[in-house]
Amino acid sequence: MGEPVAAPGRSRSRRRGPLTYVFRLLVITYLVLLVAWPVSLVAKETFANGLESLRTTLSDPSVTFALKLTVIIAVQAVVINTVFGVGMSLLLVRYRFPGRRLLSALIDLPLSVSPVVVGLALVLVYGGRGGWFGPTLEDHGFQVIFATPGMVMATAFVSLPLVIRELVPVLEEVGTDQEQAAKSLGANAVQTFRRITLPAIKWALVYGVVLSLARSLGEFGAVKIVSGNFEGQTQTATLSVEQKYQDFQQATAYATSFLLASVSVACIVVVSLLRPRTEEKR
Amino acid sequence: MVETVAPSQAARRHRRIRSGGATGLSASSGIGLGVAVIWFSVLALIPLIAVLVETSTGGWSAFWATLTDVQTAAAIRLTITQALLVTGVNVVMGTLIAWVLVRDHFFGKRALEVIIDIPFALPTIVAGLVLLSLYGPRSPVGVNVANTRAAVFMAFLFVTLPFVVRTVQPVLAELDRDVEEAAASLGASRPVIFRRVILPALFPAICAGAALSFARAISEYGSLVLLSGNLPLRTEVTSVRILTYLENGNTASAAAVATVLLGVSLLVIVALDLVQRRVARRG
Amino acid sequence: MSIEVTGVGKRFGDFVALDDVSVSIPTGQLTALLGPSGGGKSTLLRIIAGLEDADTGRIEIEGRDATDLSPQKRNVGFVFQHYAAFKHLSVARNVAFGLEIRKRPKDEIKARVHELLELVHLEQFADRRPGQLSGGQRQRMALARALAVKPTVLLLDEPFGALDAKVRKELRDWLRRLHDEIPVTTVFVTHDQEEALEVADEIVVINEGRIEQVGTPDQLYDEPANDFVMSFLGPVTSLGGVSVRPHDLEISTEDPGGGVAGTVVRSVRVGFEVRLEVRTSTESVQAVLTRTEARGLGVVDGTTVWLRPMLGAPTVRPTGLLVPAV
Repeated sequence: MGEPVAAPGRSRSRRRGPLTYVFRLLVITYLVLLVAWPVSLVAKETFANGLESLRTTLSDPSVTFALKLTVIIAVQAVVINTVFGVGMSLLLVRYRFPGRRLLSALIDLPLSVSPVVVGLALVLVYGGRGGWFGPTLEDHGFQVIFATPGMVMATAFVSLPLVIRELVPVLEEVGTDQEQAAKSLGANAVQTFRRITLPAIKWALVYGVVLSLARSLGEFGAVKIVSGNFEGQTQTATLSVEQKYQDFQQATAYATSFLLASVSVACIVVVSLLRPRTEEKR
Repeated sequence: MVETVAPSQAARRHRRIRSGGATGLSASSGIGLGVAVIWFSVLALIPLIAVLVETSTGGWSAFWATLTDVQTAAAIRLTITQALLVTGVNVVMGTLIAWVLVRDHFFGKRALEVIIDIPFALPTIVAGLVLLSLYGPRSPVGVNVANTRAAVFMAFLFVTLPFVVRTVQPVLAELDRDVEEAAASLGASRPVIFRRVILPALFPAICAGAALSFARAISEYGSLVLLSGNLPLRTEVTSVRILTYLENGNTASAAAVATVLLGVSLLVIVALDLVQRRVARRG
Repeated sequence: MSIEVTGVGKRFGDFVALDDVSVSIPTGQLTALLGPSGGGKSTLLRIIAGLEDADTGRIEIEGRDATDLSPQKRNVGFVFQHYAAFKHLSVARNVAFGLEIRKRPKDEIKARVHELLELVHLEQFADRRPGQLSGGQRQRMALARALAVKPTVLLLDEPFGALDAKVRKELRDWLRRLHDEIPVTTVFVTHDQEEALEVADEIVVINEGRIEQVGTPDQLYDEPANDFVMSFLGPVTSLGGVSVRPHDLEISTEDPGGGVAGTVVRSVRVGFEVRLEVRTSTESVQAVLTRTEARGLGVVDGTTVWLRPMLGAPTVRPTGLLVPAV
């Protein structure tokens, strides 16, 4: 990974006191002990016997099912959040309406609500027994809790604000001049969005989607409650990690964790590679 | 100013010119807003209200009885104590990390940037497993915190790492260095510059990061499953209590504890909004 | 008349941006909307373009009622102060935008873009991104983009406001020449009276949401309708309760009859002109004369002089009534 010689835009040479090196060392030690070393151990555990444990894991039907289910649910949640996120961001930035500030504050709520509370809340409303809407929905043949819709909802809930948080500042920054210019040149709303707005927010959108994806693939607490955690039916990858570990199949637990961790680290790396480019483009 | 319905509506439109071309709702955007709000309600608002309603069905006495239950009270106490401790550590370490990332330049800095975001993207259950492999019974360094309160602390510390760093970092990067140089030319020493010039500028961001980190810590669940052992009265946290109540079919008690967590989340959001408004006012 | 504005009113909350404004803008001319910032001139321009809705009144463009038309359907070209360049598109694609929206054949678009880029002298930058252009070049690109769709009227909102003084001057001359070449009805908003006087065929002075005066640059300068127009278009001083331009004062060392006596309290020479501050019994008057005149009169601080407006000089009573020249 390349390293800039001087701070971009400001190449002031400064004396480096001994404190600089103390701070640097302290920060590196802290991050290595807290994150880097532990995370790297997962890889070490997984490859302790070469590719053996990865191979065993991927031939375990309950694990492959869990991985597939995880991907299906995450993709659905991300699609929903992307559509909702783009629409909501445009509404929050481009329009003024009563309750706008309240809505904008509430949107952030899912980030600070415990996944367990999210699960509980969904069960209280959509649970088949005793939920507010659950029994009615199930009478019409639509099961939410202990089924895929509930798991998608739980996943969408916890990653709801991620796209919006990326888009809102970018939309505010680009302003409405370009959109108005497009309008005065004859472009309709759809054309303006596709040709002008979307290219301007493209990288922020990709960034938000990647973050949502990482968060969705890794959701645990909320999904554990709404899914019922039935192996081979509603068990996702993270739930499978818990079960395998507690069933003393630690190699499988580590290998599955390794796969999940790889995806999330890959997401972070993609995002960190994208970020400087977005800033430069603006 | 005399306020009637019309002027307040007009005042809102007055802001239009200042807010860079934002306009009132048109028919199509109104429909869009309606759909978005309905989805948001179905997904988040109604379920969260259901938690509050479920809590209220038992009345105040049931609510209080749940919270003062020995095991629950111990869980809440442990969660809040550890969350506060972790937030304290994050305020210091997060600011320091942000400082090093903004002001220092060395090989591998971008790798550190990636490392800081890992806890945000890593599945929490994996985070627990990860910590267990270095600080668990099979620890290569001989440190075993599994099933102790230190495990709760470690897990909280791991999952809340990015918050203070990521809120302070951009503010620090935007900070006008001329002000520091002006202070230096007026004879201020580096510690004085930090305390009197830099810290006040960072303060709102540090507060925001601390609030987020506290909110994240008290709601943590996944990373503790494998690490803390969930021992009642010792290492059991609030989220686990909620889950236990729920598994026993005691939804009213589960909702009562959840209400406490929700209350704290709401407080955090309100605090953040206030801090942000203060920052916006300062320009 | 190309643009007919009738009884247009617009409020933002308690703030009245436009108060029952009616004005006719002639076809094929270059018209300036001149006034101080916040006076409503940009709002009027945006209402003509359809980017803002009027609360009351009507807009007619080339005989067609445009009041309820969306901006897409008005066929106006709009140029923004901060260019509003499409940052992700090349210069050529920026110019082609309106034509692509109108689904014109590729060859036609290519030819038209080429023609326009030549017109604004940007042909060698066709493949660049707007970010690689200077401010003046970006504004020329925006102008080409607006002209590409052959608009009925061209509207420019403080088009040179974000540019530095030198580029401003160049672009101003260039706009005038461009308009002589392609005489499309053009309206531009400016708060710079020099810009308006130099470029426009006709000037509409707008202040506090109302039209103060409409006329040619000469009319406005020589026959200002009121004190506001007079002071906005150039320096003004007060002599005996009447507003008059400092360089329209006749100064003599002996009483010429009908003059007001005063003492020179300060004289400053700036280049070719000498500025005097004369204290009369009631007020402090600013006067300007050339270096030669000042030398001929021999005025120094403390000299007693007599002042009176020159023959035919525009004078205005601050109440707003035009006073016949003395």
